[in-house]
Amino acid sequence: MPQSVIFTFPRLGDYHIVIKSFLREIVPAAHVIVPPPVTQKTLDLGSRYSPDFICSPFKVTLGNYLEGLEQGANVLLQTGMGCRFGYYGEVQEQILRDLGYDFQFLCFSCGQARLDRVYAAMKRLNPSLNPAQFAHALLAGAKKIHMMDKFNRYMRENMAFEKAQGSFLRLQSNLYEALQKTNNISLLHQTSGAIFAAMNKIPLETPQRPLRVGVVGDLYTLMEPSSNFYLENELIKQGISVSRMMSVSFLFLRSNARSLRGAQGYLKYTVGANGVDSVCQCKRYAQMGFDGIVHMKSFGCTPEINATPALQRLSRDYKIPILHLSFDTQTSETGVQTRIEAFSDMLAMKRKAQAASAAPAFGKGERSVGNA
Amino acid sequence: MIIGIPKGLLYYRYEALWRSFFHTLKIETLVSQNTDYGLMAEGIRNTADESCLPAKIYLGHVRSLAGKCDYILVPRFDGTGKNEKLCERFFGMYDTVKNTFPGVRLLDYNLSSKGLHSEARGFVEMGARLGKHPFVSLFAYNQAKKTQKEQQAAQVRRQKKRLAAEGAKILLVSQPYVIHDTQLGKPLLQILKDLNITPVFSDDCDAAECVKASRKISKQLYWSMNKESIGSIPLLQNQVDGVILLTAYPCGTDSLVNEMVMRKVRDIPVIQILLDEQQGEAGLQTRLESFADIIAKR
Repeated sequence: MPQSVIFTFPRLGDYHIVIKSFLREIVPAAHVIVPPPVTQKTLDLGSRYSPDFICSPFKVTLGNYLEGLEQGANVLLQTGMGCRFGYYGEVQEQILRDLGYDFQFLCFSCGQARLDRVYAAMKRLNPSLNPAQFAHALLAGAKKIHMMDKFNRYMRENMAFEKAQGSFLRLQSNLYEALQKTNNISLLHQTSGAIFAAMNKIPLETPQRPLRVGVVGDLYTLMEPSSNFYLENELIKQGISVSRMMSVSFLFLRSNARSLRGAQGYLKYTVGANGVDSVCQCKRYAQMGFDGIVHMKSFGCTPEINATPALQRLSRDYKIPILHLSFDTQTSETGVQTRIEAFSDMLAMKRKAQAASAAPAFGKGERSVGNA
Repeated sequence: MIIGIPKGLLYYRYEALWRSFFHTLKIETLVSQNTDYGLMAEGIRNTADESCLPAKIYLGHVRSLAGKCDYILVPRFDGTGKNEKLCERFFGMYDTVKNTFPGVRLLDYNLSSKGLHSEARGFVEMGARLGKHPFVSLFAYNQAKKTQKEQQAAQVRRQKKRLAAEGAKILLVSQPYVIHDTQLGKPLLQILKDLNITPVFSDDCDAAECVKASRKISKQLYWSMNKESIGSIPLLQNQVDGVILLTAYPCGTDSLVNEMVMRKVRDIPVIQILLDEQQGEAGLQTRLESFADIIAKR
């Protein structure tokens, strides 16, 4: 290596914490540049050099790379599969090369998304890397991802009802701090015990039947909160319990066959990427009696568009309102906010109407207030 | 019994195979009419607004067949092997149609790269649903395959003839369901004809050769139909005067692949023309005329 390795990679939610410590462990000599949080500047940079009608994750991640390269990064990481996402890498690399940047592009997409390929690539950067070290880093990473996902899932569902404002966020920052500090697995186990015990002790004032909303959609828009204008936080502010199954742990553990079984009656085949998961999760939320569902995707996301007719039929059959939102770099935050407020108002009104019509002795009085 | 075949999307790729298969089985087929404005509008009414235009048109074709036949053929494709995939649109076409028109009876087969979903098996299963013995279906499938090969050979011959023509020639790189559609590609062909330009079609090339040649533009590309279309550029770039990348809004695969082509293909004039549902012909005419001027000047 003539020059020192400086990694950068696209942002996805808070997972940069895990990726950073993973890279630091397997290539100790390297610097890791965590791309700055996505801002309008990121979007402007990314869209300036992107094709016209590509989905927004392409533009945002390209913006991430550009910001990382400006800070001196020289090794870029990318992965992807399932849809267009798998082809991002080659096109992004070409765009960046045409702009005159000098860098090494490590793309683990589709057939390349295998641990042995990752190992081989990292071995080239750090010749003293051995399989045991690599396996340890992987295990520590997996443990961290699991802890993050478990905590954040509980937090989304209960944060609306915390007694003392900010208790969840405080604990979350404690957790992230602990994750950054160590790669030692037994220490991580200890931390995880302490954090989850504290999490379960956070005092809550949960109403007897809280409003519950499920969030489904494409993986990037769901997991990178800046791409959906922090929609989940908005819902939580309205006093709603938010459930989202999508996470990195979910992506590792999901199976097409299982999701297809869950989507029975609405899909016969898989429809690409996570489309089938959206339908499966939506059906599950409907059966669990959720009040509403938000279906989010980036503009033009083919798998999610394939899932849309099935979701619309589900909405009719189960009388569950679904808010379909599509995001791209031009989407206005105010517009989204208005729609979310209207949606949560509508859910609250529907609940009231149900309560009113359930009071007389006859039946449940299922009433639909229509689809959003 | 009548099987309806919507004249959209993969019809242009598998027409010979499908028609010949049902013909050998002595089952009547009904192909929907050519796309016109009304049919397109009907399709747009019935699809999610972000679907690509050819998919909207396809739904219009399905709608126009509903009630006129016993089954409508809506197959599901994901690919034929590792690194040989189709656009995700085709993954979900069956379920999209099924959920949009729940009352319509569909006939489907699955062409998948996973498991044992070879094309032959798909056709045998389809035959079984129509009450045909597997051997009969298999025979019909083999016949159909032969017809398909003959048709492909005829296309390659047609290509040679076009390449031998005098005057300016333009290579049209496009999905077959865009360029051959009467509503999408035909106005463009008419303008080219008026300009005395011979169109050369990317889907008339030998598919296997194209796939191989496409590696000159992109190595990681895994969409078969895009490999076939862009592979025609390195194959033919010395025999034509210009290249038109014709795409329909918002095509998922072309959005990336055409970007790659425009960045990699440097020694021949290339333009991208994007068709949408509101297109006016005046804009198309201007762009084609100026492109023709550029070619003439070279």
